[in-house]
Amino acid sequence: MSMITPPSDPAPVEELAEVQQVDPNTLTAVEAAELGLTPTAKPRSMLRRGWEVFAENKLALASLVVLIGIFLFCYVGPLIYHTNQVNTNLADYLCKPSGQHPLGCNDVGYDQLGRLMLAGQTSLEVGLAAAFVAIVIGTLYGALSGFVGGSVDSFMMRIVDAGLSLPYIMVIIILSVIFQPNSLTMIFIIAVFYWLGVARLVRGETLSLRTREYVQAVKVVGGGGGRAITRHILPNAIGTIIVQATFAVADSILILSGLGFLGYGVQPPAADWGSMLSNGLTYLQSGTDYWWLIYPPGIAIILTCICFNFIGDALRDAFETRLQRR
Amino acid sequence: MTGFLIRRFLQMLLVLFLVTLFTLLLVRLLPGGPVRALVGPRATAAQIAYYNRLYGFDEPIYIQYAKWVWQFMQGNFGYSVKLNQSVASLIANKLPKTIILVLLGLVVSLVLGIPLGIYQAVKRYTVGDYVLTGISFLGYATPTFFFSLLLVEWFAIDLHLFPPFAPQGQTVAQILSDPRALVLPVIAEGFLGYALWSRFMRSSVMDNLVQDYVRTARAKGASERRVLWGHIFRNSLISIVTLLGLSLPSLVAGTVFVEVVFNYPGMGLAFVQAAANVDYQVLLGITVVTAVATVFGNLLADIGYAVLDPRVRYS
Repeated sequence: MSMITPPSDPAPVEELAEVQQVDPNTLTAVEAAELGLTPTAKPRSMLRRGWEVFAENKLALASLVVLIGIFLFCYVGPLIYHTNQVNTNLADYLCKPSGQHPLGCNDVGYDQLGRLMLAGQTSLEVGLAAAFVAIVIGTLYGALSGFVGGSVDSFMMRIVDAGLSLPYIMVIIILSVIFQPNSLTMIFIIAVFYWLGVARLVRGETLSLRTREYVQAVKVVGGGGGRAITRHILPNAIGTIIVQATFAVADSILILSGLGFLGYGVQPPAADWGSMLSNGLTYLQSGTDYWWLIYPPGIAIILTCICFNFIGDALRDAFETRLQRR
Repeated sequence: MTGFLIRRFLQMLLVLFLVTLFTLLLVRLLPGGPVRALVGPRATAAQIAYYNRLYGFDEPIYIQYAKWVWQFMQGNFGYSVKLNQSVASLIANKLPKTIILVLLGLVVSLVLGIPLGIYQAVKRYTVGDYVLTGISFLGYATPTFFFSLLLVEWFAIDLHLFPPFAPQGQTVAQILSDPRALVLPVIAEGFLGYALWSRFMRSSVMDNLVQDYVRTARAKGASERRVLWGHIFRNSLISIVTLLGLSLPSLVAGTVFVEVVFNYPGMGLAFVQAAANVDYQVLLGITVVTAVATVFGNLLADIGYAVLDPRVRYS
């Protein structure tokens, strides 16, 4: 589980060079429109242009489709495939995959396929919610710090430095001991650490944006700092924030699974993929091959996180590098 | 350079103050406070008050903090009643083993990650690049504990190539005397790092390939080999130093899981056991030592960066 996101893939050099050499006067109308050079063309919004670049990335599109599939599986699946995930049924103890139980049962007789859906809901919800909370807090903190500047900024960033120097896994374990683990506290526990990295990133972005003319202009016409931040700085930093949010979801799901492994995850009968996995791992060394206890939740975690990472990577390309040539 | 060092050092002092304060406050939040954890759930209010007084937990937090930091600087990290051992001796015993594990994992991941990352950048958008990219993304997306257990399942239980447990022993020498048992833990420890370095080197080298200095080097007639290793590689390496400092908490996190899975007798395992026992002094000691080590690690990385890249010193 990494707190450092994979670095981006810079745009191919040849493409950039090619575009710079285009002479607008020799273009056909269609070519000019494609490059967004036609004066009459409605200026496309940053999000719209971002989406266009994103859609060119086949891997990211495939990831998006897989993710939608995972969401449908977790939320629509239980409506079609009914299982009892509350009452234990010891008659089905570790039953093998069969027509009745396509992925077998676990050690208290819960149907594994149904449990995978239920656990997926928890993992996805905690992942998304923790990422959301962390992004909101980190963005506000970072934007404020960067915008105010000076010694306030310096002190606010030392707090972030200190937080980031703490061994996050240990802090999270201590927090899990303090608070009874359930979905809500898990969201809080993960977000309490994760906002720090976001704050540092957004602050860096704000520092470079606040000296731009259009932000300075807000001050000139009498606009306050709040207006400059919410109306001008944040919309321009939105690319960075969205990219970070995507990685945050994947990281949160990984942290949650790690906590589940250590026994601090959500408690039965509730489940997340991590706690399912750690439950199955008990039987890993038992001699019999209980693959259905381990591989389905393990693959679900890996697949979901890979998809979010691929999408984040593509979004970074879309917002940062290639956007400038459009 | 002197100005940079002084500024950076003062920043570090403030960060150290905040880190220790955060940790103390955090551990103070443990259910019922440290005394309740010590004397158990059935202790009477009078007993708790007695021990609170005995250990000074009834004093204002800033006095407790000052006393604690003073003790800490003298190497007195408190005493674990549950282990019947001083926390300092516990850490002195466990920390070197954890450092060995982290270092070995780091060396393996750097030795593999840097050359493969460069290879990917040079041969970008080929099959080899795509395969290695896939492996890196797997590294990011696989929980360390799951990867460790898969290694155990495949290479220890199914293939009998390596023992399923890490080497056991009191001293570092005993740990190192059983290299076969170290293989799986080190691979597990290094996988995330490998993903980081290879991915980073790939994008860094690709960024550098289009820089002016590379064009200049080529124009002067430098061979492609010299451009790559004499110019691009050296420049990319600079940022690896910073990334090393920043990745310390992630490396620690990985170590905790690897130690638990392989029953490696290091600090991560000791921490998880202390958490299960709510062993207040051990939790406090290990967290603070790790945090302080991270702060110093970051400082060293920053200084290293400033030494390697003169532009930083004047900003």
